[in-house]
Amino acid sequence: MNQHTMDYEVVIGMEIHAELRTASKMFCGCAVVDTTVAEPNTAVCPVCVGLPGAMPVVNQRAVEQAMMVGLALNCDINAFTSFARKNYFYPDLPKGYQISQYDHPIATAGWIEVQPDEGQPARIGIRRAHMEEDTAKSFHHTTGTRGGGGYTLIDFNRSGVPLLEIVSEPDMRSVAEAYAYATKIREILRYLGVNTGDMEKGVLRFEANISIRPRGSETLGTRTEVKNLNSFRALVRSAEYEIQRQIAVVEAGGTVVQETLGWDEARGVTYSQRGKEHAHDYRYFPEPDLPPLVIDPDWVEEVRTSLPELPDAKHARFIREYGLPINDVRILVAERALADYFEAAARAHAGDAVAISKWIVGELAFLMNRDGVDIGEVKVTPVSLAALVSLVDKGTISQTSAKDVLGAMFATGRAPEDIVKEKGLVQISDEEALSQVADEVLAQHPDQVAAYLEGKENLLQWFMGQVMRATRGRAQPQTVLGLLREKLEARR
Amino acid sequence: MTLHTLTLRQAGELLTAGEITSVELTEAVLDRIRAVDPTVKAYVTVCEEAALAEARAADRRLQTGEGLTPLTGIPYGVKDCLSTTGVRTTCSSRILEDYVPRYDATVISRLRAAGAVLVGKQNMDEFGMGSSCENSAFYPTRNPWDPARVPGGSSGGSAAAVAAEMGLFSLGEDTGGSIRMPAGFCGVTGLKPTYGRVSRYGLIALVSSFDSIGPMTHDVWDTALVTAAIAGHDPCDSTSLEAPVPDYLAGMAQERLDGVRLGVPREYFADGMEPGVRQAVEAALAHLAALGAEIREVSLPHADHAISIYYLILTAEASSNLARFDGVRFGLSEPPEGVDIIERYLQTRGKGFGAEVKRRIMLGTFALSAGYYDAYYLRAQRARTLLRQDFERAFADVDALIAPTSPTTAFPLGERIGDPLQMYLSDIYVVAANPGGACSLAVPCGYAEGLPVGMQIMGPALGEATILRIGAAYQATTDWHTARPEQLPSG
Repeated sequence: MNQHTMDYEVVIGMEIHAELRTASKMFCGCAVVDTTVAEPNTAVCPVCVGLPGAMPVVNQRAVEQAMMVGLALNCDINAFTSFARKNYFYPDLPKGYQISQYDHPIATAGWIEVQPDEGQPARIGIRRAHMEEDTAKSFHHTTGTRGGGGYTLIDFNRSGVPLLEIVSEPDMRSVAEAYAYATKIREILRYLGVNTGDMEKGVLRFEANISIRPRGSETLGTRTEVKNLNSFRALVRSAEYEIQRQIAVVEAGGTVVQETLGWDEARGVTYSQRGKEHAHDYRYFPEPDLPPLVIDPDWVEEVRTSLPELPDAKHARFIREYGLPINDVRILVAERALADYFEAAARAHAGDAVAISKWIVGELAFLMNRDGVDIGEVKVTPVSLAALVSLVDKGTISQTSAKDVLGAMFATGRAPEDIVKEKGLVQISDEEALSQVADEVLAQHPDQVAAYLEGKENLLQWFMGQVMRATRGRAQPQTVLGLLREKLEARR
Repeated sequence: MTLHTLTLRQAGELLTAGEITSVELTEAVLDRIRAVDPTVKAYVTVCEEAALAEARAADRRLQTGEGLTPLTGIPYGVKDCLSTTGVRTTCSSRILEDYVPRYDATVISRLRAAGAVLVGKQNMDEFGMGSSCENSAFYPTRNPWDPARVPGGSSGGSAAAVAAEMGLFSLGEDTGGSIRMPAGFCGVTGLKPTYGRVSRYGLIALVSSFDSIGPMTHDVWDTALVTAAIAGHDPCDSTSLEAPVPDYLAGMAQERLDGVRLGVPREYFADGMEPGVRQAVEAALAHLAALGAEIREVSLPHADHAISIYYLILTAEASSNLARFDGVRFGLSEPPEGVDIIERYLQTRGKGFGAEVKRRIMLGTFALSAGYYDAYYLRAQRARTLLRQDFERAFADVDALIAPTSPTTAFPLGERIGDPLQMYLSDIYVVAANPGGACSLAVPCGYAEGLPVGMQIMGPALGEATILRIGAAYQATTDWHTARPEQLPSG
């Protein structure tokens, strides 16, 4: 860490643009397609290409999804909400204005609680969430035949895709909190099923407003806006960089200039896109092509009751209902599908759900990471996992064998019983049989027996290992341990 | 043959009776266009082949008798701001000179479905900005009553086409009088329906809050027939009204107006009106009274502000509506290659837009700017509310308001083109209906020195049936609407 003359407090606010996962676009009937794979300009119509005379029609489903997010973020859903035009020129903005919301956003005054990896939980205010349409996508070619100086191609497939812009209060006091906030928003959006969270596909974009001030100061410092952050890594790195840059400016006796910054991922620096004096004047005014939406309170209640259980509630319930350790809960709850998987397995399992959780966050997570698959693609069904854990609980197979069995299940999707049978892994818990093996092991290693009897009692584990080896891991450990101790003590 | 002189209703009867065919009628109209349009210049594009194909299709329909409507086989033209598949749609602007839409405006598809025959696209003031048709980037349209005079605007081509019998009806578009004012100058009947009564989908927007599409015809019955065909809710236009479309013609057989209360706005008859216009309108009021109507003086206290309200909202919305003409996807794009995007915007818009359009874009951009929005746009919207309340109060006491369509008759070409403010004042009586939320019917009500004088009958929101009924009683008992200009040189 650099040495500074003063202790600075960081203030961060965030704007998150989330594409909504509707079947059709915000203001026309065109399909929302995966713009990273679809042939360019195939999901377009007069409306989303901005042909003269074409008019927007609000997608009800997008409004509903926006309401879901608003409610999940503890916002008020405004009974009167309306659209506005945000005017600026850019080739990817076909109408020369973006239909957005300005003074009557759909959702206002919410909050969420976030838990940074280190430090205290923090409550982050949500100022507003508003609906708008995405722009088209430009592909700049710096060299090329057209005009010599390069050219730009535009794909309008993305033009008009519903977006929700979620604006936080400047309530974050560290990069860790900003990261936790962004992660939490993504988690909630995924829970609601309104966004895939695929950062690399650009369905979620971050913008951070960053300022610093002397610790203890109540006034906000001059902020800079870092735009178009397309990954968590970019968010964290750019915020860290920008904070250090601002501190350096202040320490050098300068003042931070209010400006819009870009993030150069390769060089790891922020750079000025435009200063305050060149700030856009968006000339907002009410969109005359769309009457305001008056949202029936009954509709809000309908949406509220249809909301799935959200991460915080699930977190609390998993602790309360299943007695899971907090670290397991965090991992399970981070993704709705994983949490659902756990619950399905726990329901299928007669015994302790903690064991199920341990297997999921332990061995199963390890296998998923190893192969880069997510829970939706895992071949092991929750019921099979529960069956595997039952086999361990009942002592049919050992913990060690169970790992091999899970590996086989993971690879093939077969039932654990079949694998156990086929591999001959049924645990030997029959005392008579194990007693015989123990006797043989002791008979074969007189030196170690003698050493044990002379006080090297930790050799007990070594004998245990020998029994396991002789039974190819199938021996029931507790029984073996008891038998060995009994037999060795009998030789004193 | 003089088929082109027929009214829509007359032609419809002959078509259904099998006495004429749509092809004959359409050819008569096309001949007439060839004969007089070199003088009048009402059309920007004539789509002869497509029109004849539509006429043949209409004739097949007339033969089988299936799916007939009063418009089946009727040739018509539309103001060139309505999108027509495969037929260029220019708004009389260089920037759209070669723009060919890939879809039909809702009104066009409704007329196609009804079997009407589109013969061409009509000249207008560029993007609807003007009151004389002189702001067309291509050429001015002439008034068929006197080719040295303007037809009014911005739907000047549509009015002149009907007056000169180059189409049995036109569709115009009225943002602040653009149907009624030229209807008055050209002696035709025109209706500005209530905002939202007719879908705007496919209409190249001037002012999204005010734009209203409506018919221009020889008489009110034709206007009623066309209105019935194009009105009604459209899911593609969220501002279109859900209210069912009444049977307008049903109320239009009455020749008496007993019990009907007509208001005369004091403010409109104060000063600035030409004596010939005043005489014609006062005579019309006397005639309406003789038909049994009760005439009352009413007040629209904020009428003085109508022009300011209108132009502030107009310029603001238009500056945004015209932003899409950027040379990126369609229309003019200058130069062919080799410049950055800013240069392309500047050259395309610099060359593509005319002076009046640029003036209004600049005014509107200014009015919406940070720091000025409250003083201009927001204030205009508040004043608009007051204006609307004026109308609502007036309509609480009367069924309709009567006013001229313009303080003067058609003025000579070139007279006002150098003085925008003087031009704006030509619309002083018609402009308030749009921000005021009224519907309004323009009918010819006399002549002053050989030029038509227009009268408007304004009704409350969705009051079309009422004003059409009043117009029908008036036209049933007068013959101003039957006069046609005589001396058009034919080429």
